Amino acid sequence: MAAEDRTTGSAGLAIGSGSRLTRICVRVVLLFGVLISLFPFYWLVVLASGTTQDIYRYPPKLVPGPHLLDNMGRVLDTVDFFGSLFNTVVVAVLGTLLVLFFDSLAAFAFAKYEFPAKKLLFGMLLVTYMIPAQLSLVPQFVTMAEFGWAGSLNALIIPSAANAFGIFWMRQYAQNSLPDELLDAGRIDGAGFFRLYWTVALPLFRPALAFLGIFTFIGLWNDYIWPLVVLIDPERVTLQVALANLNTLYNTDYSLVMAGSLMSVVPLIIVFLLGARHFLRDLAAGATKM
Amino acid sequence: MATVLDPAGAPAADERRPDRRSRSTAPGGRRRHVPPLLAISPFYVLFAVFGVFPVVFSLYLSFQDWDGIGDMRFVGLQQYGWLLQDSVFWHSVLNTFEIWFLSTVPMLFLALVLAFLLHSQVRFTGAYRVAYFIPNVTSMVAMTIVFGSVFAQSGLANSALRAIGLDGIGWLSSEWGIKSSVSIMIIWRWVGYNALIFLAGLQAIPTEHFEAARVDGANSWQTLFRVVVPQLRPVILFAAVTSTINGLQIFTESQVLFQSTDVGTTGGPGQEGMTIVLYLWQKAFKEHQFGYGAAMGWLLFAIIAVFTIINWRLVSGSDRDDRRPGLAGLLRRKGARNGR
Repeated sequence: MAAEDRTTGSAGLAIGSGSRLTRICVRVVLLFGVLISLFPFYWLVVLASGTTQDIYRYPPKLVPGPHLLDNMGRVLDTVDFFGSLFNTVVVAVLGTLLVLFFDSLAAFAFAKYEFPAKKLLFGMLLVTYMIPAQLSLVPQFVTMAEFGWAGSLNALIIPSAANAFGIFWMRQYAQNSLPDELLDAGRIDGAGFFRLYWTVALPLFRPALAFLGIFTFIGLWNDYIWPLVVLIDPERVTLQVALANLNTLYNTDYSLVMAGSLMSVVPLIIVFLLGARHFLRDLAAGATKM
Repeated sequence: MATVLDPAGAPAADERRPDRRSRSTAPGGRRRHVPPLLAISPFYVLFAVFGVFPVVFSLYLSFQDWDGIGDMRFVGLQQYGWLLQDSVFWHSVLNTFEIWFLSTVPMLFLALVLAFLLHSQVRFTGAYRVAYFIPNVTSMVAMTIVFGSVFAQSGLANSALRAIGLDGIGWLSSEWGIKSSVSIMIIWRWVGYNALIFLAGLQAIPTEHFEAARVDGANSWQTLFRVVVPQLRPVILFAAVTSTINGLQIFTESQVLFQSTDVGTTGGPGQEGMTIVLYLWQKAFKEHQFGYGAAMGWLLFAIIAVFTIINWRLVSGSDRDDRRPGLAGLLRRKGARNGR
């Protein structure tokens, strides 16, 4: 997972390059940071693989125990884990695909075409980005109830199917890396707007789409307050809500709850590690460009 | 999260426009505008239905008394009046600010130091980034459960304290215990994220500036505060604003820690973990006071707006060469710095 950065090498010489001792100190502090960053995950594994009695033991047991599979089995017996996993996967995958499609399509239009009120419409995008989600929590729930979508996965997928952030991001990318000449060549061959989008622009967008995709996927996967509010049927919820319910109802059975937590965390970590290299670079780029 | 606003890019696009227009005008007349307008329409349709309408509706709702099922009863500004007299609401506001302060200040400081150290590091940068970022991508619910066990009365944190001969702390039962636990979770989750953002900003600083500082005999701390921090101001501003917006919306940590069965939550012992959004959720969705919840949403919005403006002024305040930054000025300035 080492995404070596080109610029670090030269600039790195400028600071902290003093003595050998300084460098060792820097490394120790950084490693200590890594330790703190990762420790809760290790601790999660320890708790999920022990018995509930282990948790109350003093001094605490610091190494994983042998009960991981038992505990995971008990999770499957207690809650519909695969059901909520399925719901979460549907929401995250469908939601991400819709975002990628609609955002890149809109970004293509904004970056490469002229149309009436373009500036005004783009300005509106800026403004919409400032509205905090909590403001519309109540009315959006009421809207969903009116639509008959309360309790349905539609409520999680449709409202977020196109978003301002993604359009900004893709438009920026399109302006910098989609040459007009290429589009003109396509026009000469008789391609219209959607054909140019699909055959010329979309393949070139791939790196930007990868970042937006992982970013959106993680967001949808981890969302908690909105599914908690809108999925009114406790039998049909996403993983986050199922896990919170498990914790509420069985919080004296630590090892059960911890096994559930572990099972809910692992899939996303895998997705993240697969895309981490590009993701982290683009995230940083996006923030500094703001 | 990360925003990509680059209105500074617009002028360049404008200059190119005439010649592109002349090429694309020829066939189709006005109908040529149809495909791009169709292409951008999904966002605006969704935004009208799920964005504008709810916001307008929430304003309307905040003047009504409504349990979500029966008839609405118009009460005018009374929801706001009740809210301003509601001691639990004020307690939740105070808690939110205390937690925000306890988490944001150490978090941004630690992130800055971490970014500085990472910048001076040549080896394993990629691995460090992944390790530091992982807390940010994992489920907050799961990690709150883990932290809940660490901070339990006989949990790991107190075991560690006893092992070095100290008394345990009521992490989840005393006022400052609760606020510290929630803040520690927030710090853990966001330090790495902000460090990576700062690191990106650091890497954009020309190397000569560091060399000049070294030639002048500046030590690491002087370099950090006299060279790095001033140059990083836009990035620090970004981090401060996003941290504030996130910090004022704390919900999951408190909700998961103190949720009990069907009654919802009171935010833990003494309601010390009750935050604004948690109270909003409790009132609207557990006690079915939708009008009250809507009014609370608007007050939260007002608070966030005020704090965002204060943040802007504080962090960009000493900038002499720019007038008071409106949003547009702010963005233009940043665009210019990035050479766009």
